[in-house]
Amino acid sequence: MDNNILILSEGMHCSIQDLGRKGYRSYGVPISGAMDKFSAILANKLLNNEENAATLEVTRVGPKIMFEDHTLIVLTGADMSPALNGDPIIMNFVYAVNTSDVLSFGHLMYGTRAYLGVKGGFMTETKLKSRSFYDGITSKEKIAKGERVPIASYNEDLEVTSSKIKVSSSHFTTKKIEVTKGPEFHRLTKKQRELLFTKEFKIDKLNNRMGYRLKEKFSPIKQSEIITSATIPGTVQLTPSGKLIILMRDCPTTGGYPRVIQLTDLAINQLAQKKEGDSFKFDLESSFSFLGRLVSRFKD
Amino acid sequence: MNLYKLKYKPLGSIAVLIEWPKMIDVAILRNIHVFRHKIKSDIGEYVLETVPAYNSLTVFFDTGRIKYSSVVKDLKEIYASKDQKLLTAYKLWEIPVCYEDKFGLDLGLMAEAKSLSKEKIIELHSAQVYDVYFIGFLPGFLYLGGLPEQLNFNRKDEPRLNIKRGDVAIAGDQSGIYPRVSPGGWNIVGNSPLSFFDVDKFPPCFAVAGDKLKFIPVTIKEHDRIKKEVESGVYEIVSEING
Repeated sequence: MDNNILILSEGMHCSIQDLGRKGYRSYGVPISGAMDKFSAILANKLLNNEENAATLEVTRVGPKIMFEDHTLIVLTGADMSPALNGDPIIMNFVYAVNTSDVLSFGHLMYGTRAYLGVKGGFMTETKLKSRSFYDGITSKEKIAKGERVPIASYNEDLEVTSSKIKVSSSHFTTKKIEVTKGPEFHRLTKKQRELLFTKEFKIDKLNNRMGYRLKEKFSPIKQSEIITSATIPGTVQLTPSGKLIILMRDCPTTGGYPRVIQLTDLAINQLAQKKEGDSFKFDLESSFSFLGRLVSRFKD
Repeated sequence: MNLYKLKYKPLGSIAVLIEWPKMIDVAILRNIHVFRHKIKSDIGEYVLETVPAYNSLTVFFDTGRIKYSSVVKDLKEIYASKDQKLLTAYKLWEIPVCYEDKFGLDLGLMAEAKSLSKEKIIELHSAQVYDVYFIGFLPGFLYLGGLPEQLNFNRKDEPRLNIKRGDVAIAGDQSGIYPRVSPGGWNIVGNSPLSFFDVDKFPPCFAVAGDKLKFIPVTIKEHDRIKKEVESGVYEIVSEING
């Protein structure tokens, strides 16, 4: 009964993501889910979907997609110059699509990850209570050319009642990444702490759904390993070679490097929109002001 | 249960990290295990999940229902309680392992470094009963404790890119089993034909933290037969319940 979209070209790395796989960490199963949760949730809100409905996460280079049935769609997150049947469409706005309509992408204008939401969500397999792609849990880790990807069927009228939503550009351009202290923060020397919060860091070539490595060499700490313990998305590890690694949504459930600082969820979403070479500073915030700003963000 | 001086720290805004003294020790494993079960039964309504490791337990809570300081207060109360209904039952699993040259890739290296014969290493490795401390790193990766001191062997400098599914490995005083193909720097002593993670089963792993396991040496022929039986779903893993 499900409808489908047909993948005409696959882009760089497109995967189905909802808000993740909760409750299986003690079996070593990562949380996964949308890298930029804020944008994925926004797509679903604009479509009146459940927040956890599965979206298509598109990384930097967009795919080409043909709709095989009619539905409503919206794009949030990074602007990759989307077009419907060749005509440009705008971000954060709901469009009706008909059978045989083609969605394509062009130049990346800002951000790194876009989210394609469809009415009712994508209907790929559910494994351990989530549709989020993860190698070894779901049968695929990304979508490929020629595949049909199931979406919810939508038989109502194609009446669009969306109003235009403006997302603050700071979500994509901010140079401040909010963090709190990690469990091994106290192992840093005073000098290292100072450096950590004043230095500008650049994102390395090695950045993906599992983690972002930072280019700068930071001085390693004396006890450079810890007895393996829990890690979560946003945990910043200091490796024995002195490099910082920020763990992202697909990170392992445990790790053996000191966890020096921890990104807030808002900061993970913002980092997910950055790419190799982008720079930022870590900003040690109290959790109170973080919550305050999160609320005002959702009020926008 | 109040055996150790514990440390409570936040892990992000979503979890409480509880730390035991910094060592790998079976008494700590048991203590974590008991605490974990009491957390589930006493405050399970707002605890979403708990992740044990060697000397820590991370408690993820429902941030919409309770705040960090209240969770820590509840946890301290539970740990201090005199309730002695200790859950000590565990399963002992028999894990077939083929140590022959095709699979025991680093046995030769270890034998040379330790001036032991390969046979002696296999004998030592398979005579031991191991404790499952926790599952982490990859879905279904079992972290084991109890490796005989004679077999302690440091991680390789250059990790292998393709460790096979079921490979049984050693790193320092830790032992583990790779549930799937993965890069990794641990030394490979053999391969088990069992499946250590099945996404379509609940729970997806047969062994859990607190269980024990024993390696049973098998020939290549037996290894391949068991592998076929596992694949067709007819193999029954031998286990006994203790405690």
